[in-house]
Formats: sequence, structure tokens, C-alpha cells
Amino acid sequence: MNARSELPSNPVDTRTQEKYIGTSVPRAGARKLLQGRGVYLDDVRLPRLAHVVFFRSPHAHARIKSLDLSRARQQPGVIGAFDGAAIAEYCTPWVGVLSHLKGLKSAVQHAVAIDRVCWQGEAVAAIVAETRRQAEDALDHVMAEFEPLPAVIDMRESLKGDVVIHPELGDNICFTRSMETEGFAEAWAKADVVVEKTYDFGRHTGVTNEPRALMADYNPAEHSLTVYHANQAPHMMQDIISRHLNIPESNVRVICKDVGGSFGIKVHVYADEMATAALSVMLRRPVKFLADRIESFLTDIHAREHTATVRLACTKAGDIIGFDLDDLTGIGPYSVYPRTSGIEGNQVVNLTGGPYKHKHYRARLNVVFTNKNVTCQYRAVGHPIAMALTEGIVDEAARAIGMDPAEFRRRNLIPDDAYPYTFVSGTKYEKLSHQQCMDKLLKLMDYDALRAEQAALRQKGVYRGIGLAAMIEVTNPSPAFYGVGGARISAQDGATIRMDPQGMLNVMVSVTEQGQGTEAVFAQIAAQTVGVSVDRVRVITGDTGVTPYGGGTWASRGAGIGGEAVLQSGKVLKSNILDIAAAILTLDKATLDVVNNQVVDKLTGEAKMPLAEVGRVAYFRPDTLPMNFQSELTVTRHYTPREYGFTFTNGIQASYVEVDPETGFVKLLKHWCVEDCGTVINPMLVDEQIRGGIVQGIGGALFEECLYSEDGQLLNGSMADYLVPMASEMPDIIVGHVETPTRGSELGAKGAGEAGTAGAPGAVMNAVNDALAPLGAGVTAQPFTPQRVLKALGKV
Amino acid sequence: MSEKKINTTFELNGARVEREVPVRMHLIDMLREDLGLTGSHLGCEHGVCGACQVMVDGKVVRGCLTLGVAVEGKSVETIEGLSDSGQLAVLQQAFLQHNAFQCGFCSSGMLISALDIVRHHPDANRDEIRDLISGNYCRCTGYQAIVDAIESVLKAQRVLPIAQGAAA
Repeated sequence: MNARSELPSNPVDTRTQEKYIGTSVPRAGARKLLQGRGVYLDDVRLPRLAHVVFFRSPHAHARIKSLDLSRARQQPGVIGAFDGAAIAEYCTPWVGVLSHLKGLKSAVQHAVAIDRVCWQGEAVAAIVAETRRQAEDALDHVMAEFEPLPAVIDMRESLKGDVVIHPELGDNICFTRSMETEGFAEAWAKADVVVEKTYDFGRHTGVTNEPRALMADYNPAEHSLTVYHANQAPHMMQDIISRHLNIPESNVRVICKDVGGSFGIKVHVYADEMATAALSVMLRRPVKFLADRIESFLTDIHAREHTATVRLACTKAGDIIGFDLDDLTGIGPYSVYPRTSGIEGNQVVNLTGGPYKHKHYRARLNVVFTNKNVTCQYRAVGHPIAMALTEGIVDEAARAIGMDPAEFRRRNLIPDDAYPYTFVSGTKYEKLSHQQCMDKLLKLMDYDALRAEQAALRQKGVYRGIGLAAMIEVTNPSPAFYGVGGARISAQDGATIRMDPQGMLNVMVSVTEQGQGTEAVFAQIAAQTVGVSVDRVRVITGDTGVTPYGGGTWASRGAGIGGEAVLQSGKVLKSNILDIAAAILTLDKATLDVVNNQVVDKLTGEAKMPLAEVGRVAYFRPDTLPMNFQSELTVTRHYTPREYGFTFTNGIQASYVEVDPETGFVKLLKHWCVEDCGTVINPMLVDEQIRGGIVQGIGGALFEECLYSEDGQLLNGSMADYLVPMASEMPDIIVGHVETPTRGSELGAKGAGEAGTAGAPGAVMNAVNDALAPLGAGVTAQPFTPQRVLKALGKV
Repeated sequence: MSEKKINTTFELNGARVEREVPVRMHLIDMLREDLGLTGSHLGCEHGVCGACQVMVDGKVVRGCLTLGVAVEGKSVETIEGLSDSGQLAVLQQAFLQHNAFQCGFCSSGMLISALDIVRHHPDANRDEIRDLISGNYCRCTGYQAIVDAIESVLKAQRVLPIAQGAAA
């Protein structure tokens, strides 16, 4: 039992401060997660809850010849068993296209496959039972016959088009794009040096520790559906569930409680999740789906399977003339709804060469269908590929002309005084700080000393490498990202702040939290803007029934967009508080301020009345206020980035590695990152975002790959076989900041969630190749496994 | 098919528990589903990620590799019990101060590994801490803050042994 004396008291924190923005305030609201008191999706149980499991295709491509669910239906505890046609009566299909990606096409996708399966793991039937175990037991009694069809596994084969996956589309090309700047050929012809490399990127996935999960609870009396969802974008899901299940929008309430990792995995429409929502409507009771780990590997979106040839032309003096890119990516059998699977490749085209000031660019992109799991947007979408291509070929160019790679970059980075700047791909940058970041990085890592150490060790047969990777990163997207293409994904977000009678703030924001600390930074912004101590702020996110409407969390938009909405809302609330205080005190509002939970005299700081007194009068004794005065202690404000399509951030990373030429193992010794994410709201949280992002980038560079057999079977569908970074393999990561606030908002925050992932693979690749260079070897295929390193060395 | 069950009696967070436990049920499922202790999480189901860790007779155990019936006569401690008893308090405070967690899904298991380090490896250096938590996957933090947090507790303990619980 909890002794009364052990319960926390409720004092106003006396250690308050006026400036929370820029301070490493611990995430008090997340303390519950350290005590096992969080509420993740599978922790929620409802009366009459049923559990769904899916019978999934064992084939990469096959016709469903027959499907007999009669025996499964007779198993203990089974409530129902349904095929694709049965579920399609309640859930309309979709096509994952965006109109601004011109020509992008995809096939009709159902919640559960009908007639044909297009990847191993696609759901073929749904079994609903009283317990998860009973449903899984019944799976053994599903009788299905498949007629295997030719499967397209390799993306080059797909491009050739000998077998067309969706005959109604005519070919296997989902999306293609090409561009060439004016005068490209003439400029290219003048180059002294042209370097060319082809790079391969392994298909990998997010591996959230909490698997995907959804629980839908249909109430037939009001034709309403409450959806508990491990998800990043609840309003997007509300819209989609409403339209595809034909339930009025406001009758669908999506609630995202604690989410155990997302990284972009939990921002897409998954067929099995849509089926689960439909099953709740069909069965008129709550139904829960929780992916198990093999299902996660088979059906969580994959990403980043690319093969790209990149060329760089430069002068002898080391000035880049231009880049030439040819990228091919394989996305599985469907473009994922509603964000599409064309965005990643499109980003690679937009961003390759991005940090540099060259004037010429040619690019070609082919996005093709394959019979493997679908791919879509995963943390730093396209950036890890674009930055690795750019920085890999930049190192090749520097090597070709015999220039130090840091010097080569310094010469070619867009100068800090060149903004606003329009990049050759047409993208506009508001204000970046490449030169400042580079100077800071080289100082932080003591570049010259490290080069000297590397050279000395080489004499002793120790092969160490230093790799640099400059980067840019898309954040805070405007409606140009999705809205203009017809996707109903909000680019604006809102914040409601309510001052409660005791003077505490209730902050409700449409941006969501998956551990990044968005709620913590919103509390800091609200506290500072209104003038209360941060312990007097509570933040609620992830509930379409409660918060303003908004886009949620993706594309490093939470702090920049949601944070600005909180700031604007807080400013108005403070003004409203002062209106009430002025009325109570019969003083001029202009002489008052709110500081540290008190209304004070602006000049002297003398306490006039606590906020709790303002609240008491406003809520319980409004009769004492002037007759025509109405207090407004709940304020909502919204924010949309408009001026630029995206708020770009920039930075640069460095990796220091040692390669063992005998075993092929790469040991990460240290990693540095200097990042400019605009206003830093909470340095501790930002550093942790950068570090976590870097480690995920390192995962792709060294360990992670979804391996498929020639016939499309996933070969490593467990966490024992699919390697993610472990603590012992990771280096200490030094993070530094340059702060160039965006002028598009008062807060100035740009976003920090993805930059680490964007730059890390390129930095690690360049470090490995720098270590291998004296041995005349190099690697180009991620992940750089010991086997690939040894192969590059000619040892296997 | 009626499931075979075995009467199982054990101590759970200090209290005696008796249950009819299906023989195939894993400890993690028994704790989460039958006993309502949802603080331990199921991540990989393979004994790799460590999210399901609990203590059995003071030793770190994977809840997804242990059968429920196997705890007969033993003492099981979960994140809930270890929190309420204060045994994790110092580590939890250090994790909070260093932001050694983000989404928190791995934290229950990670803290239990950290408690084991505090108890049995009080002199561990950073590299050794990294080795000792390598059975716990965190996808969010990059691990450095977790190492910092555990290291800070070990250092404080060397100066002033932590009295209650943690060093017991």
C-alpha cells in the first residue's frame, strides 16, 4: 500500500526560471516510462476484446486458388474468419498516388488480399478469436492453395519489365523523373576531372521495439469508432479510417498513447491495421491487432533499396562543376498509401549534391515495383542515400586531384553569406551555416591531429580512416510536401492552452510524442511564454477527440511547427491573463507581467497576485469582474510554414574508424556531429535526437539489411538474424551546435529528429574507404559487412 | 483442445501468488495478461532485445524465454515492484537526469540490467557498461546517455555506497 506520507506533495516549484527555451530540462512527464507505468497499445484492455491474427502469404507472388476457412472457424474461441472479399465490403481499397509526383502510378490495394498475393507476408485471411493464442492456434487450420506466379525480386529485372507485376499498369515503373540544368553538357565538357561510382544501399527497416499495433472499438449505437493506435499521425488516420470505412469523420476518434518507437514506421496506412478497424465494425466489438516480430519484418515498411551511379565533374583546382545522378529504387508491389513510395527517390534527386554551390546537375530516377515488402518513408527519407552518394563521390574527387577532403569541401560548400539560395535542383534554402559548422567540427575533432595520428598508425600497420559528410535536411514541410498532391495530411498544427483554476497550464497539441521529447519542449515553451514554472504545465498529445487538428510527427516538424503554435497560443493566453489581473487590480495592463506563477509589476517585479488567484476569480467569482468583461483562459492558435517549401537544416558529421584487414571488421572509434537545427529548445534532448539518429544511420551503414532469397523469401525475419546496433559496437558521439533560427517563425526552431540519420552513413562509408585506401580497396555497398570488406580486399 | 495447466505458486513483488498456469505460457505473457503487470514489454520474442526482462531470485531473466510454470517456488520482481520498493530509485533518477530513454519501451529491461551492473559490477568502466547492456536493444537513444547514467550511479556509489536496495 502507498503510505499517505510517501505521496508527492503539490508545491509550486521554487527553483523556477524565466528562460526555459535553451535549457536542458529533464522530461518530468516521462518519469512514468521509467517505472513501467507507461501505457503502450498492448497495455490497454477493453471488455469483450477480441484478437485478430492474419494468415499471410507464403509466396512472393501467387494466385489464391482456394481458401477454406471452415475448419479455422470451428476452433476453440474463434469468433470469425474472413477473407479479403468479406472485409472489402466494409473497407474500400486505395491507391497510393500523389498528383504532384507527375505520372506516379500504383495498383489498387485491399486491406486483405483478393485473388492474388504480391509479397510474402501479405495478409490473405483474418482470424478473430477471444484470445491471441486461440487465434494463432486456429491459423494452423486455414486451408489455402496457391498457384505461384513469376516473382520480380531484383529491381533491375523489374525495370527490364519481362514480367509485369500489375498488368493493368502496363509496366513495372511506379514513378520516373529526370532533370537537367541548362547548359549541362557544355559545362560538363569543360571538366578537368570526372569521377564516377556506383553505390548500393541495402533495404532496411525501422525495427521499433514496440511492434505496430491497433485496437479498434466500434460502438454501433452511435456508429462511432475509437481507434487506439501506435501511430505518429492520428488526424491523418482519422480521415483515412473515416473515408474508407464510411464513418463520419468526427465519429472516428484516434488515440495514440505511449508509442514505443516510430521513426516513420508508424505513419503509414497498413492493410492489416485497416482490416482490424473494419473487423471491429463487422463484429460490433473491440478488436486488437499486435504485430509479432516476424510480421513486423515482413510488413512494416522497408526503405532505402537503391542502386545509384553518381558522377562528379570538377576542375583541377578543386571546384565542383556539377553532379550527374542515375538512381534506381525498388519499392515492393504497391506504392504505400497515402504518402506514396515515390517520395524517397524524389528526395534523392532533390538533395544529391545539396550542400555544394555547383551550377550544373542532371538526374534520372526510376522507382520500380518488386515482389518484396513495400517500402516507404523511414527516418530521414532519402537523405542517407543522397548524402552518402554526394559525400562518397566528393571524397573520390578530392582523392583524384590529391586534395585533402576537408579542404575540398571548404572550397565548394555554399558560403554562409549566400542566402537565400536556390539550389540547382530548384530547392530553396532560407539560411544555412555550412562554413560555420565545418569550422566548428574540425576544431571539435582536432582534424589535423587526428590526421597525424592516422598517418603514424599506418606506419605500424593499423588502418584507421576519417570520414566527413556534410549534409542538409528537410524539416517543417509546408503543404508543398503532401497537401498539394492531394493527400489529406495537415501541414498546419495547433495548440490549445487552458489555464486551470489553480494556475496550472493544460497544453493540448496536435503534434504527437514517441519519445523525442516533444511534450517536454512544448511544456518549456508554454512555461516561458506564459510565465509559469515548468512543473505547472501538463501536455496532452495524440488524441483527435481532444487536441486541435494537425499533421502529427514526421519530417522533423514537431518542435518547429507544433512549438510555434504553442508559443503563439501562450502569448495570447498571457495577454488574456493580464486582462483579468488588470480588471481585478484596477491597474493598467501595460504595467503588469506574469513571472514565476505570479502576476507582477512589470517594472519593479513586485508580486501582485498569484495565477491561482486570477483563476479563482475568473472561474468562480466572475461576478466580481466588470459587467461587460468575459475572461478567456483557453486559447488556441495554429501555425503553418508558408514562405519556403521546407525549412532546411544543415550540419556536418565525422567518423573515425579502424578496419581490421584480416577479419574485415570495422570498429567505430568516435563520431562527431555539428548541427544547425535553428533554435535549440532543450540541448539535452536535441543531442539525444542527433545521437539516436546517428546510431540508426550507422545501423544502415554497417549492419542492417532485409535479405531476400531469389524467390522472394525474407531470410532474416528475427532480431537474432537482422542486426541492429548494440551498445558495445557504438562509439561515443560528440555533438556541437550552430544556431541559425528560421525567420519563418518566432520560435526559430527548425527540427532535429532526422539529421543524424541523414549524414551518418556517408561519414562512416568515407571513413571505411579512407582506411582501406592505402590497401587499394574500397567499398560501395551498404551495409559494409566484414564479408564485403574482405571481398573488397580480395581476401574472399 | 483444452490447455494443460499447472498450479504454480510463487512470490511476485513480495506477495504470494497462486495461479493455474498453461504449461506453454511464457512468463512475460503470464505477467502481462494474467497478472496485469504491463510494465515489462514484449519486443522480439526471441530473447534478443531484453524488453521483457524481470528478476527471478535476484537474477536477470528474459520473460520471453522463461515459462510461467518455471517460477514455481521462486521470487519474481518486475519493474513495478522494483520501482515501488525504491530499489531502482537512484538509477531512475539518473536515467531522468541524463535523458537515458526516449520512447521508454526498452527502459524496464534496461533498468533491470543496470541494477544488475550496480549490484555485481560496481567497478565497470564505460566499455564494460556498454558490453553489459548489449543484451538490451534501444532504438532511440544511441545508448550514450544510458552509459552516462549508469556510469554516474557507479561513480557516486564508489564515493558513497548507495545504502538502500541498489547495492544490496
